[in-house]
Amino acid sequence: MSDQISEQHRIDLAPGDEGEGGVGLRVLGYVTGLGLALLLTATSFFIAGTDLVWQPSIPVAIIVLAIAQMGVHLVFFLHLTTGPDNTNNVMALAFGMLIVFLVIGGSLWIMANLNQNMVPMDQIMQMQR
Amino acid sequence: MADTTLAYAHPDPHRLRGIPHAAVVHEGPAPKRIVTGFGFWIFLLSDIVMFSCFFATYAVLVDQTAGGPKGSELFDLRRVAVETVLLLLSSFTCGLANIAADIRNKLWFQVGMAATCVLGLAFLYLEAREFADLVARGAGPTRSAFLTAFFSLVGCHGLHVSAGILWLLTMMAQVFAKGFRADIGRRIMCFALFWHALDIIWVAVFSVVYLLGSKP
Repeated sequence: MSDQISEQHRIDLAPGDEGEGGVGLRVLGYVTGLGLALLLTATSFFIAGTDLVWQPSIPVAIIVLAIAQMGVHLVFFLHLTTGPDNTNNVMALAFGMLIVFLVIGGSLWIMANLNQNMVPMDQIMQMQR
Repeated sequence: MADTTLAYAHPDPHRLRGIPHAAVVHEGPAPKRIVTGFGFWIFLLSDIVMFSCFFATYAVLVDQTAGGPKGSELFDLRRVAVETVLLLLSSFTCGLANIAADIRNKLWFQVGMAATCVLGLAFLYLEAREFADLVARGAGPTRSAFLTAFFSLVGCHGLHVSAGILWLLTMMAQVFAKGFRADIGRRIMCFALFWHALDIIWVAVFSVVYLLGSKP
């Protein structure tokens, strides 16, 4: 029954579903994803503890590696593609990312402004005494 | 109602005759597997938005240690590396179990899910040990705003993993008792999405909280 359905809608894919390919090919996809993710993780941990690179670049490198690893997870584990059947998933993801960046970036921006422009908390406490 | 039926019964409902590529064929609603998967995908994105609020709170409060310990004095990167590898491997075995479910192989499905379960439990054990160590050293969630934010963010991820393991055990039992029915297949698909999404959130956690936080 469900086989018939998947035959009929061969081009339509649910999120996380893969297009085509045998079991070996699919396992190979997961192995590739695991290898890339492990490589990126190892690089992150190495960069965090090393003295070999210019120190102020380390936070940026860690963030970039994290975003790269999330991309690897999305492509190899969640099977997000650029195919036409994946447009809805990608659009939803893009909207989600917009909200995420607004929330995180907005919070950091506003709080940094407040820290800079407001009377420090210990002085406020003294004024109240 | 009658109007829509009529409109769909029409071979060219958008009056696009003459444009061959625009000829839309209406096959009715998408199959349930796609509707369910897309709905769950939206839920996962809302979950990620919720996590982003915890991340924003943590990033704002990370320096508010109230004279207490900083992250660089508390975090054990070796343990975090082991946790990361455990969760990554569990994501991999979860993917293998998903393939086994697609080819209706009960044995490999149960093996993959059991491996995922063991790896997830090992991750939770390490995280519980870390939390217990911190509380024993007087660095519990009540010590400073930084530690409150840390425990809420990492603890929320831990709660998600715990819920995922309960879901995983339910799926193993359902496949054991009922086999690979279509509805159970959809649940397995949603579980795999959930588990992979947790791994993505953990990537952000270990990068932002532990690796950036371990810098003095």
